[in-house]
Formats: sequence, structure tokens, C-alpha cells
Amino acid sequence: MFAAVSDLRRTERTRTMMRVLREPLGAFGIALVLLMVGGAVFADLLTSYDPSRISPRDRFQAPSLDHLLGTDHLGRDLFSRVLHGGRIALSVALFATATSLAIGVVLGLVAGYGPRWLDAVMLLLFDSIKSFPTVMLALALVTLFGPSLTAVVIVVILVNVPGYARIIRTQTLALKGSEFVTAAQSMGAGTTRILRHHIMPNVISPLLILASMDIPVVIAIEAGMSFLGLGVRPPTPSWGSILNDGFTAIRDTPWIAVAGGLPIILTTLGFTFLGETMRDLFDPRLKRRT
Amino acid sequence: MTVLAIKDLNVTFSTEGGQLHALKNVSFDVPERRIVGVVGESGCGKSTLINAILGLLADNGSIDAGSITFEGEDLTRLGPARMQELRGQRISTVFQDPMGALNPVLSVGRQMRNIQYRSGRSRSEKDARSEAMLRQVRIPDAQAALARYPHEFSGGMRQRVAIAMALMMKPALLIADEPTTALDATLEVATIELLRELQQDIACSVLFISHHLGVIAELCDDVVVMYAGEVVERGTTRQVFHTPRHPYARRLLECDPARQSGRTRHLPTIPGEIPDLRQRPPGCVFATRCDQRVDACDKVPPDVAVETGHVARCVLAEAR
Repeated sequence: MFAAVSDLRRTERTRTMMRVLREPLGAFGIALVLLMVGGAVFADLLTSYDPSRISPRDRFQAPSLDHLLGTDHLGRDLFSRVLHGGRIALSVALFATATSLAIGVVLGLVAGYGPRWLDAVMLLLFDSIKSFPTVMLALALVTLFGPSLTAVVIVVILVNVPGYARIIRTQTLALKGSEFVTAAQSMGAGTTRILRHHIMPNVISPLLILASMDIPVVIAIEAGMSFLGLGVRPPTPSWGSILNDGFTAIRDTPWIAVAGGLPIILTTLGFTFLGETMRDLFDPRLKRRT
Repeated sequence: MTVLAIKDLNVTFSTEGGQLHALKNVSFDVPERRIVGVVGESGCGKSTLINAILGLLADNGSIDAGSITFEGEDLTRLGPARMQELRGQRISTVFQDPMGALNPVLSVGRQMRNIQYRSGRSRSEKDARSEAMLRQVRIPDAQAALARYPHEFSGGMRQRVAIAMALMMKPALLIADEPTTALDATLEVATIELLRELQQDIACSVLFISHHLGVIAELCDDVVVMYAGEVVERGTTRQVFHTPRHPYARRLLECDPARQSGRTRHLPTIPGEIPDLRQRPPGCVFATRCDQRVDACDKVPPDVAVETGHVARCVLAEAR
């Protein structure tokens, strides 16, 4: 019998996905995202070049059948570097976003449901963190810990968590006094139960959409920090560092900058289109009869 | 045997305007397998009474004196953990607005499974019980209903789902907080009949809160009339409805539109308003609105036992 419940849920979810695919922008977004994810996952199958092998003889080669996107100033194959850079960009984006989500949801629930003084303290904290410009925050952290992927992830988490927590907090506050929470209480549910089973399911879906729209921002932060030399350390490939390599030689060998910039643009566009289509479909105010 | 015995219960709220004495010396019993109705106008302390029993008073509210004895335990002295254990297992609640009381984003099946979280049953056993319970409250196609969400039900069905949830753990006491107020008249009758039937099935006691006198008369064995946080009269339904002894109870019954013979443009009302509970009058709370007041009303009125089980808090009520 419970198969019935989950069946219904599954079809509901599939239906939503089908609706995203039916929107041209959504389908385009999904195609782009799949392309970039596929490239990152199957990087080793798609190219035989080692992304960090230096080959001085092959420096500054223009795109050809041998090197699909050309080579950089150290003779490294750019196609291979872009694919492997995609692994970094996407895994940082997914990991950092998921972690910020988890932390943001917990902090938001605590701030919204907990005592008032705690709420006030936490809001003050969120607002102070939010008031730092991202680049300044990144610079400060890198000065403290040195440039690394971890620094990138921490910056992203610090930037994202306050926003997520605030959204969850506001909604929790609104639901705190609602009748079904009182009802659950009077039926013997404790605080953790109420938060997990009654409040969280009510507040989580708008946040998921917001987070999917934040992925491009995270990718841009990683690329930006690597571009500035604050993120991934060479020789590990990152779209931002490829872009930086190409930047210095843009007059003579523009393909290097293109190889770094194009994947950033495509992935960002893909996730944005996907996120916006999902938002439009989920937002009841924009909902049309289908 | 009494399931719930409330004795001299006093509840105050500290507000900006001073101490608000919301319940004053409230005493009554809910005997086993009986349905006790609590009736009174808005603001008379009905909700405060429920919250005090459930241990869910707002942060600024406190029980100053008195006891609430439930199955031998004084609820006013129990810790939050034990209270939580009792809620939903031994004491259950049905609320006024069935839409608000159900979580809009969880399926009914999941919410019913949630309620049984302390039962130690397996998932499929819980679901089987939920389904049986829905069938008992006459939800058609109970199995499919488990997969549905609250908004997919009609108002009457929603309230029946809420009743099913409340009775799932076979509580000793069901508190029904105006469960039929949000329903239309035909549904009201059906819901009351269902409630009565289930009460007999499960053999629980019911504390039924309402401002609808007709419903109380129809359903309840005993009646408690509340006014401004005090029990002004209590007794069996027959005693209170046929020979009301407190002037307020008498006026309240006169005001029931169902009792009007013939057509009238002017329904009777009780002139005046409930006194400010932050400054209770020293004597009888009803004195300012009473048409039979005497000098003795300036002193605290006694609880007069008119007959066995029939008590009125009025100097004019005499034992027969």
C-alpha cells in the first residue's frame, strides 16, 4: 500500500521534470549542464592527454585535431585542462552549495524556532558576515590560510549560509505559531520532531530552487579566486587559472582565454536557465494551467 | 472513576497591563466514559483551560494554584518529558480548524504514521492501523486517502481525518476544541454522531469545548458553564439545561436562537461586557451584568451544591 504513496510521489516528481524539459529554455539548460557534467565525469575517456604534463615543444599551438582547443604557454593540452578543470569547478560548486544548504537550514531553523535572544545574536552574525564584500572576504581568508581549494569552499559557505539561514528563519518564524505546529505539539511531538517533520518540509523547496540558481555564482567565485591566484594551486587545472594563463597572452594566442572562459559561460548559463525554469514552474503565482 | 479531575485551578498571564487572572478557582471532573461539555462566550478561558491541561500554556502564563489530576498523576507537577509522553498517547486533541491543524505538505498517510512514532510498530503495521482508523471515521477508499494531501479533502472529511488521528493511540481523554464550529450544519450533526460512536467504541472520555448550546445538549452528559475564567455552574446536561441556577447560565440559555419561539427581529443579548480580567471585581464576576444582583454579590460567592453533582457559584442558588 505504501508503494502507492511513493509511486504517486515519483510520478509527481517525474511530471515536474518533464515540464522542465518541455520549456525550451529549461531543455537547453539541462542539455548544457549535462554536457559540462558529462565532460567532467568522462574526462579520462574523452582525452588521452595529462592535463598537467608540460611539453615545451608544443607551446602556443592553435586548436587542431591533435589539440582540440590548442595548448597553453607550457604546451599543456587545453581540452584536457578544461575537462579536468570542470571536475574542480563542479565538485566545488556541488559540495559547497550542499554544505551551505545543510548549515543554512539548521541555523535558520534554530534561529526561527529558538529563543528570541538567540535569534537576535544569530541575525547579527549573519548580517555581519553578509556585509563583507566577497573578494575582501576571500583575500582575508587566503591571507590567513594560504590559497587552496579549501579556502574557496569556506568562502562560498560563508557567502551562502547567511542568505539561506535568513530565508529559513523567516519562514520558520511564520510557521512557528501555525495551528498544525500547535496540533503536533498537543499530539506529543517534541521540538526536533516538529522541526524535522513539520517545519522543514514546508520551507525547503524554495531554498532548493534558490540553491540551484546559486550554483553558477559559486562556479564564478571558484573561477574568480583561481584567476586571482587565491584558489586552486598550479599545476591543478581550473577554469579560472586557464583564463589567467590566457589573459597574459591574449593578443597573440586568444584561444587560451576562450578555452578558459567558454566553459564558465556555458555552465553558468546552463544552471541559470535550469534554475529559472524550475522557479517559474514551482512558483504558484506564476503557475499556468497545463 | 474520574479520568480528569481539576481542582481550584488558577492560571494567570503576566501582561504589560499587569497580572491577568485568566482562570479562577476552576473545579470540575471528567468521569470515565462521559462526555463533558464546556460552554461559554469567547474569552471566558476555554482555550486557556485546554492549554493548561496539555501543559502548553504560553511562556507568560503560569498555573498559580490548584491541581489537574489525570489518571492519578497531577499534570501541574509533571516534567515536560512526561507531559510529552502523555500528549497524543493518553490525552489527544481535535482542533477547530481542520485545515490549519493538518500539515499542508505532508500526505495524510505520513502524518498518521508520524503520530504513531512511539508505538514501536513497523511501518506497514502503522499504515494498516492508519487505514483501519480512516475506515472507522468513514473516509471512502481509505487506502488511497493515505496518499492524499489535506487540501484534497473536503472540510468535513478533513475534520474526520483529524479525529481519526486523535483517536489513533486510543487515548483515555479526548479534548475537542470546537471541532464542529468550522463545519456547516449538516456536517456538524454527522460529526457529532461519529464522535459519540467512536467515544463508545474506544471507551474514552471527552472534554468537548463549544459555544454552541445545541451541540452541547445533543452530545454531552455533563455541562460546565464558564464565565470570565470561572466555572459559574456545572451539572448534568439535564440539570443545567432544565433548571439553570446561575443567572448567567439562565441568560445564556435564553439567548440561544434555537429557543426563540416565533419570529423575531431582535435576538436577546446579555447587556454589558466581560469585566477586565486584570482587575477582577472583588465579589461575583457576573455582578455588573446581573439583573438579580443583591448586596451580598459584593462578596466572593460560594459554590452552592444545588443537587448532587449540580453546583452553581451564586449566592442566590439555594440547595433544594
